[in-house]
Amino acid sequence: MFDLLVVLIPVLPLLAVLVNGLLGHRYSHGVAHRLGWGSVGLSFGCAIAVFLSTLSTGLTREVVVYRWIFGGDLTINLAFLVDPLTCVMMLVVTGVGFLIHVYSVGYMHGEEGFTRFFTYMNLFMVSMLLLVMGNNYLVLFIGWEGVGLCSYLLIGYYYDRVSAAKAATKAFVVNRIGDAGFLVAIFLVFVNFKTLDYTQVFAQAGQLSTAMATAIGLCLLIGAVGKSAQLPLYTWLPDAMEGPTPVSALIHAATMVTAGVYMIVRNHAIYDMAPLAMTTVALVGGLTAVFAATIGLVQNDIKRVLAYSTVSQLGYMFLACGIGAYTAAIFHLMTHAYFKALLFLSAGSVIHALSGEQDVRKMGGLRSKLPWTHALFLIGTLAIAGIFPLAGFWSKDEILAHAFVHRHYGLYAIAAIGAFLTAFYMFRLTYLTFYGHSRVEPHAAAHLHESPAIMIGPLVVLGALSIVGGFPGVPPEGGWLHHFLGPVVGVAGRGGEHVRVGLVVALMGAATGIALLGWGLAHYLYSVRPDTADRWAAEAPRVYSTLRNKYYVDEVYDAVFVEPTKRLGAAWDWFDRHVIDAVVRGVGRLTETGSAASTWFEKYVIYGVINVTGYANHLAAWSWRKLQSGMVHHYAAIIVAGLFILVHLILIWWTGSFALGVAAR
Amino acid sequence: MVPLNAYVTVSAILFMTGLIGVLIRRNFIIVLMAIEIMLNAANINLVAFSHYLHSMAGQVVALFVIAIAAGEAAVGLAIIIVVFRGKISTNVDEMNLLKW
Repeated sequence: MFDLLVVLIPVLPLLAVLVNGLLGHRYSHGVAHRLGWGSVGLSFGCAIAVFLSTLSTGLTREVVVYRWIFGGDLTINLAFLVDPLTCVMMLVVTGVGFLIHVYSVGYMHGEEGFTRFFTYMNLFMVSMLLLVMGNNYLVLFIGWEGVGLCSYLLIGYYYDRVSAAKAATKAFVVNRIGDAGFLVAIFLVFVNFKTLDYTQVFAQAGQLSTAMATAIGLCLLIGAVGKSAQLPLYTWLPDAMEGPTPVSALIHAATMVTAGVYMIVRNHAIYDMAPLAMTTVALVGGLTAVFAATIGLVQNDIKRVLAYSTVSQLGYMFLACGIGAYTAAIFHLMTHAYFKALLFLSAGSVIHALSGEQDVRKMGGLRSKLPWTHALFLIGTLAIAGIFPLAGFWSKDEILAHAFVHRHYGLYAIAAIGAFLTAFYMFRLTYLTFYGHSRVEPHAAAHLHESPAIMIGPLVVLGALSIVGGFPGVPPEGGWLHHFLGPVVGVAGRGGEHVRVGLVVALMGAATGIALLGWGLAHYLYSVRPDTADRWAAEAPRVYSTLRNKYYVDEVYDAVFVEPTKRLGAAWDWFDRHVIDAVVRGVGRLTETGSAASTWFEKYVIYGVINVTGYANHLAAWSWRKLQSGMVHHYAAIIVAGLFILVHLILIWWTGSFALGVAAR
Repeated sequence: MVPLNAYVTVSAILFMTGLIGVLIRRNFIIVLMAIEIMLNAANINLVAFSHYLHSMAGQVVALFVIAIAAGEAAVGLAIIIVVFRGKISTNVDEMNLLKW
């Protein structure tokens, strides 16, 4: 029963993919979306059942679906590992996924390729579930590539738009760079352990040399950096906003991009052996958190701000992983899934209301027109900014506190700056979108409307989760979530240091203060004195334009990697055209000439010989056929003559003398 | 006792008569008769040698030759009748279609 439920979790969406993908063109859109969200809803139900079972028994179980690859000592099963970490990820993926599927029904209504959308979304769910449920690296990798593929397909959903097609390609290519690192890590794991099963690998992880553990850790990090959009491979995520908003919410905020965090937490046994890899993870995370946040300060596309915010928040999760706060990382992953999905979907609701407008400079004053969306977006903003007692506060504070308590003061400072920036740009976004005077263009203003219930419904649920989602992790380092995940990630706060309550409260106060400071600055710049921001921008044009242009990273990558690659391609193209093709053409011409010569030879020499032979034969026949006169006595005479000659020859043969001689004797 | 030479001589004369008849006569019936003469020349030869060598085989073969000659004459005469119906002639020279 338990095994069946576990298997059903990914199989249900898979069935929906098959039905929608193969038969989707035959029936109406109504069936397609019901299959889409229905299957995810059912698999969410199964996930809850599996979670409750795991919660009550506390067992880690493996479910083998079938033996996939076996030969020699190598056995790789298509199997699922059900432990607390998997349960949390499963619930987040299916739960948030279900809400976003429901939301999509309203958001995507009337779009071209509605069935295609749900097919891809469900395929994504299948891949993501394989990713988080697999019990070995290969299943993880299948899911890893599967979500990458779905991400590509969904970013390029509006494939007739050049920018979308380019963004999709970019996401795919950048992800491939990370995947290469991940593959190397898998190879290293296999070489060292002769198996890819988590349980066996982690059981033996302690025997790894530090150098090897560091190598594996860094290679895994490359993979995680690609998938989770960290420095230096984050550039694809902001462009990925070309996809429909539910896709941004599901794939590029709540689930897929957190795969890297999940993978690092899953492999913590290896990271524990490699302090250098841990430090690298923390540094990458911390730098990304601030770097992305500074870019987010000045962007004007509502979805792009959220995208940079996602990159920044993922940076926090990496930071948490890097300092050993694995539970905090998963905790933040969970709360982030709630409030970022909420923010994206609310932004989608705004975009929907404004007939596709994404530029915050053409919004403003929407609070009264979109009361529900406004309220929910505000909840999301408060949550992400870390205002007490919303979800984001608990998870982010835990990361900050962990950094401080474990004496990573530099990282704490970076994270604190990031938190301030986060609060600032999120409230900036809120003020620009919902407050102030309306800058909505007339044609959009005419159609301005609150979104339908099917879109608001999931938002309300996500809003509620954003408020209460932090409580499983309360109190810090000792909440329910910590006890639940403890067996998987090792006891949180390794070393079991006793932290004084006063320090915890002081750190919470500091975190809240930082968030309020960001809020206050945003309030001043965008509400009290709206012209100040522009004046500051004008006073520091260089800083502003650097941020505005995202530190020119895309341009640098273009110049350093993309353009040289293109030029190399062009060079090979030239080589192909002028060298290889020339050889090919030369060979062709040689053959042509040869065959022409051969034709001539055949025509004039061989045919000549044949014709001459034929004519000679003809001529001979012409003269000899006179012999056949048709006169019987001619023939008779010839026979007689022949007989005479023959008889004489025989006689000569016998007697050695002329025939008449015989008669004479 | 007539010597063997005499038989062979008679046989040779008869054979030459038949042969010349076949070669120079134009009437199909005469040609056919000449062939019969040649066959009978061969028969005399066979019988004479049979007697001379005290072997009955020659005489048996002679009987076969007579039988075959009868058959051949029948077929030959039938052909003559058919040809005569077409050409109103028994001239051998006019039967020259079987050529190139």
